[in-house]
Amino acid sequence: MTMTHSETKSARISGTRLGYRFNIIGMFGLSIILCWALVAIFAPLIIPYPVGEIADLDYFGPMSRDFWLGSDYLGRDMLSRILMGARYTVGISLAAVTIACFSGVVLGMIAAVAGGWLDTLLSRFLDALNSIPSKLFGLVVVAAVGSSIPVLILTLSVIYIPGAYRFARALAVNINAMDFITVARIRGESTLYLIRSEILPNIIGPVLADLGIRFVFIVLLLSGLSFLGLGVQPPYADWGALVRENIGGLPFGAPAVMFPSLAIASLTISVNLLIDNLPQKIRDRSE
Amino acid sequence: MNNRVLSLVLSRLLIALITLVIVSFAVFFATTLLPGDTASILLGQAATPEAVEGLRKAMHLDEPAMFRFLRWIVGLLQGDLGTSYANEMPVADLIGGRFVNTLQLAGVTAFFSVPIALTLGITAAMLRGSLYDRIVTVLTIGVISVPEFMIATSAVLIFAVYLKWLPALSFANEVTSLTDLLRIYAMPVITLTFVISAQMIRMTRAAVIETLNTPYVEMALLKGASRPRMVFRHALPNALGPIVNAVALSLSYLLGGVIIVETIFNYPGIAKLMVDAVSTRDLPLIQSCAMIFCLGYLLLITTADIIAILSNPRLR
Repeated sequence: MTMTHSETKSARISGTRLGYRFNIIGMFGLSIILCWALVAIFAPLIIPYPVGEIADLDYFGPMSRDFWLGSDYLGRDMLSRILMGARYTVGISLAAVTIACFSGVVLGMIAAVAGGWLDTLLSRFLDALNSIPSKLFGLVVVAAVGSSIPVLILTLSVIYIPGAYRFARALAVNINAMDFITVARIRGESTLYLIRSEILPNIIGPVLADLGIRFVFIVLLLSGLSFLGLGVQPPYADWGALVRENIGGLPFGAPAVMFPSLAIASLTISVNLLIDNLPQKIRDRSE
Repeated sequence: MNNRVLSLVLSRLLIALITLVIVSFAVFFATTLLPGDTASILLGQAATPEAVEGLRKAMHLDEPAMFRFLRWIVGLLQGDLGTSYANEMPVADLIGGRFVNTLQLAGVTAFFSVPIALTLGITAAMLRGSLYDRIVTVLTIGVISVPEFMIATSAVLIFAVYLKWLPALSFANEVTSLTDLLRIYAMPVITLTFVISAQMIRMTRAAVIETLNTPYVEMALLKGASRPRMVFRHALPNALGPIVNAVALSLSYLLGGVIIVETIFNYPGIAKLMVDAVSTRDLPLIQSCAMIFCLGYLLLITTADIIAILSNPRLR
């Protein structure tokens, strides 16, 4: 009796420790994401040709044994360029989403705990920032300060701070009304303690899911900006910039146009699949 | 109770106004962050210090930024959008015709996408869980999670390269007949319709499903009302507010879509004008275009909010 009891208990503990159970679709999404992450890290080791080398005599070459994904408008190997492009797309987006969610969530929790005028002021200001269309914001900033990778990361994160803030604040306000927060306040705990030890552990699941969704938005916006020629600048190229430089091959149906877009789609759709199939435990605490 | 609705609507309008002021502030100061002195950039390297000084005075660049901001705002309110740096033409003249072009594109897109999206969204919600619903949901998520330019390039590949129905890239300067006009509009409208419809289907479906989950709809089902009657008599009238809200919100996605679509198809609209202005760093033009876009966006989301307030029966 005691044994079965302790067994079920240990099973429950290992269930929560060893991570959550994913269904097949979620696993599929996760594995594609991991693939792209590995590609981004090890890109220089696995590319068949140097990125800048003009390897093919033909431009907009078709798919062949030497050039798996064809060649681009100068005859460079498309596969190598896409693999290297993963570094820029995944790296910049990851950096931007980390900054955005970190600042948004911290501000959101502070606003929820502090309340009063700080909350009102912060909410109003970030709402106003939120009502500038994201592409437009990017365009204006790039027009003003020029495009470089640090500027891109900062701009993208500023654009998505309001969303992360709003989401985290809504969650934190709910937690803030709970008894254990009141108890902690009465104990005389500081705001920092309340945020770090009482609120954050209770909202971390939905916040991470939200981070995934925001990552998709950032990948799409970055690609859009690069496609307009305002994102990553040559000689470097992320996936959006690859579509832009090869757009001339579109009337011939060159593979160089479609494959970078397919790379973006595979990444964003996988993240969406993963988030949609996360275990209820993580997702549904946002209600 | 009516007073409450009125005060809610008024406070929403006030918030929109405050937001507009903050936005204009942001747009103005973002564009004045430009490193380097505008006057000396405009005059080039051969300019004498006196000429630069004269131009700085003429352009009021020697004044504090706050004064220039106020001057700019007052000018905007009086309809004076300033002069383009690139070709010395009044910005209002540059924008005028192109603004109409963009509005036409947006109008035609809305004309097609709203009925399509509403039909698909409402039927998908009614048949929730069916194969039809799943297909619609998967397709909308697919469209939402790929960049707009991928929709555009796919449309070109399908309709122009493989089916050869339409020219690959349209140029609007040689319009002679109705077929030409159709050919110019077809690609941008197809692309935008896909993008906007996907957003709208998703939101409409969510809004209808939320209404179908309410106790009074369950009550209608329990008292023996037929499924169509339950949906059309009981659920839809109450879902109307959220649906219109969803439509207005998804139309605000037109702004982002228009920027990409006009660039890729060389459509002579205001978004293309703005992207070109960014590459030549033509600040007055960028500022005016940005303000027009923000105004349109704010108008749509404020309308959506006000409709949501007005359609809430608990406030009536």
